Amino acid sequence: MLPVTTAHYVFLSAALFTIGVIGVLTRRNVVIILMSIELILNAVNINLVAFSKQFLSVNGQAFAVFVIVDAAAEAAVGLGIIIALFRNKETINADEIDLMKW
Amino acid sequence: MYYLEHIWMIPLFPAAGALLMLLFGKRLSNAAVSVLCPGMVGVSFFFSLMAVLQLPSQPEHRFETVLYTWLPGSLFHMANGQTAHFQADWGFLLDPLSSVMVLVVTGVGFLIHVYSVGYMAHEGGFYRFFGYMNLFMFSMLTLVLANNYLLLFVGWEGVGLCSYLLIGFYFLRKSATTAGNKAFLVNRIGDAGFVLGMFTMLSVFGSLRFTTVNEQAASGAFSVGDPTITVMTLLLFVGACGKSAQFPLYVWLPDAMEGPTPVSALIHAATMVTAGVYMIARSNALYVLAPQTMAVVAGVGAFTAIFAATIGLAQNDIKRVLAYSTVSQLGYMVMACGVGAFGAGIFHLSTHAYFKALLFLGSGSVIHALSGEQDMRKMGGLSKKIPTTTVTFLVASLAIIGTPGFSGFFSKDEILWRAFTTSVGNGWLLWGVGFVTAGLTALYIWRLVFLTFFGESRVDHKVAHHIHESPRVMTYPLIVLAALSLVGGWIGWPQALGGSNHFEHWLEPVFEPAARVLLAEATHEAAHSASQEYLFMALSVAIAGFGLWLAYTLFLKRREIADRLAVSFSGVHRLLANKYYVDEVYNAVFVEGVAKGGGTALGRFDSSVIDGGVNGSAWLTRLTSTVSIWWDTWVIDGSVRAGSFGVKALSYPVRLLQTGLVQAYALFIVVGVLIFLSYYLVR
Repeated sequence: MLPVTTAHYVFLSAALFTIGVIGVLTRRNVVIILMSIELILNAVNINLVAFSKQFLSVNGQAFAVFVIVDAAAEAAVGLGIIIALFRNKETINADEIDLMKW
Repeated sequence: MYYLEHIWMIPLFPAAGALLMLLFGKRLSNAAVSVLCPGMVGVSFFFSLMAVLQLPSQPEHRFETVLYTWLPGSLFHMANGQTAHFQADWGFLLDPLSSVMVLVVTGVGFLIHVYSVGYMAHEGGFYRFFGYMNLFMFSMLTLVLANNYLLLFVGWEGVGLCSYLLIGFYFLRKSATTAGNKAFLVNRIGDAGFVLGMFTMLSVFGSLRFTTVNEQAASGAFSVGDPTITVMTLLLFVGACGKSAQFPLYVWLPDAMEGPTPVSALIHAATMVTAGVYMIARSNALYVLAPQTMAVVAGVGAFTAIFAATIGLAQNDIKRVLAYSTVSQLGYMVMACGVGAFGAGIFHLSTHAYFKALLFLGSGSVIHALSGEQDMRKMGGLSKKIPTTTVTFLVASLAIIGTPGFSGFFSKDEILWRAFTTSVGNGWLLWGVGFVTAGLTALYIWRLVFLTFFGESRVDHKVAHHIHESPRVMTYPLIVLAALSLVGGWIGWPQALGGSNHFEHWLEPVFEPAARVLLAEATHEAAHSASQEYLFMALSVAIAGFGLWLAYTLFLKRREIADRLAVSFSGVHRLLANKYYVDEVYNAVFVEGVAKGGGTALGRFDSSVIDGGVNGSAWLTRLTSTVSIWWDTWVIDGSVRAGSFGVKALSYPVRLLQTGLVQAYALFIVVGVLIFLSYYLVR
């Protein structure tokens, strides 16, 4: 069985990140976009933890915990915004929300 | 000497009174005003009297003093090419002529001021009335005391102003203000003549001072009939016509009766209207050099005398009868001047001042008693109710018709006699006119007396209860004036009746140059005897008596005859009652003519020049505003818009990035990151 190296984790992380970015850029539903952002954050977490193991330092893991907290907070705030948005516009399609246009 | 040297103070007392009244009069009580204003005139009278008493000590009975040079000298060219120094002084001259005037003015003026205290007691504007009256006294005294024509003219205009102010005293009454305007405007015509006369005088004599002008005129340098002097004297006479209400400029005087009655007595009977006569007498040395002018003066005077007397016959307003009587008597005075009898003219002036002031004040007392009624048809039978007024009025009426012994007798007969013996014009004609006028005078004055004081009462019942004799402050001046009307003429008791005619002798030095020329001119030595003079006296007394008797018959005893006459000669009656339609003619010719003819011209001037100017400026404004609009739109707004357009154009590509779509921004971030990454990778 092939040992799992840091490179694997990095590739996984990069793949997840790319999937997240594509999701953010292409999906119309804001909830999906929010979920894609979660993917991006978790890709970062994997990266942090992988290098923490690589360099035998807990700094990375500690940082990952902060990112998780941050992701939770972000999800809470993001969903709140979405609910407020829906109440006003009756839509959560990102391409219909362009109030800040010139 | 003290009073002579201070004759300049005589006009100043009333001036101070006028100043006080017009500045602080509103705050003074009526009692203070009625002490102050007549008091000022009284002090003037005292000063005048003392100065006149001191006058005989002077050489030639003349005293001249110059206060200061009012208009300093400047060089100018006279008509004969010489240069002269024009100079006008604020100077005063007291000689026999001005002494008579100053005594009459202050004396009668004082009595009328006292009378006014009672007459005006219930009127509004008490202080204003007395302020104007004192101002009038100041102007009149300046007029008679001036030592040159220009200062005389100052007084001349001053009295004209006061006359205007006092005629329009009841300024809430339209007719009063209109009458004031009429007096002012008609007098302007005369004044224009007077001013032109002064200019002519200046260019001939180079001076306006009485003594200088008279000396030059009497020096023999000018021949009798000199055309320049004829023109000059005619122009001066135009001024006299305006001021002394001679035909054709007399129309303002009857209307001037709109003023309070004391004003009519003081200004429009006793003093101001005689200013013209005074001015002619003052210029006697000039007038005798112009026989044509003298003839005109005599003719105008005689015509005015008889013309106004006939109008007086048919008037019903008590004051209007007296006004036409005044015009008529002024005609006598002017006629006297015209025939060279300057002394007689001034003599009649002074006696007329007494009895005509008395007649006016008496009529004022009647009007006062009747609560303002002036129509003689609503009077009658007043003699028992107002005895003092009646008696004094009778004295004045006897004086004006020339009853022997009364003042009017001496002065009027003097004029008639001198008119007959004149070397200037047609003596018979002038005498005849004066003679008939004397009869008419008796008729209209006694018509007034009988209609007012005798017969049955025609007074309104409402008014009848209030009839009362005037207070003593009004009756005492009447009594004094009655005494003057009686004895005032004795000073000129003619030689033919055993007197010595002090008045004539007193004035002789003033009229000496005139007398010399007239004597030289007289082609035939007048061989008129004293018996002829007696005859003329008897004749004029007879016609006056006839007029009195006629008035008694027509207006008291058998009134139906008068009514029948008025009906059967209704044309004549209407002509007289309407004053020969002179006012209507003037109105049609001058007022309407000017209003219509001048109106069109003025209208055209208005629409072309005035409106043209306004329209032109409007057009100019519009033109400039068009330019400024263009500038505003294209230059100012243009630059602003160009600026904003520039900003907009530059911002346009940047603006396109602002899609408002969150995903687009995210895409930009990603693309940016990729660009940076690829840059680092490639390097």
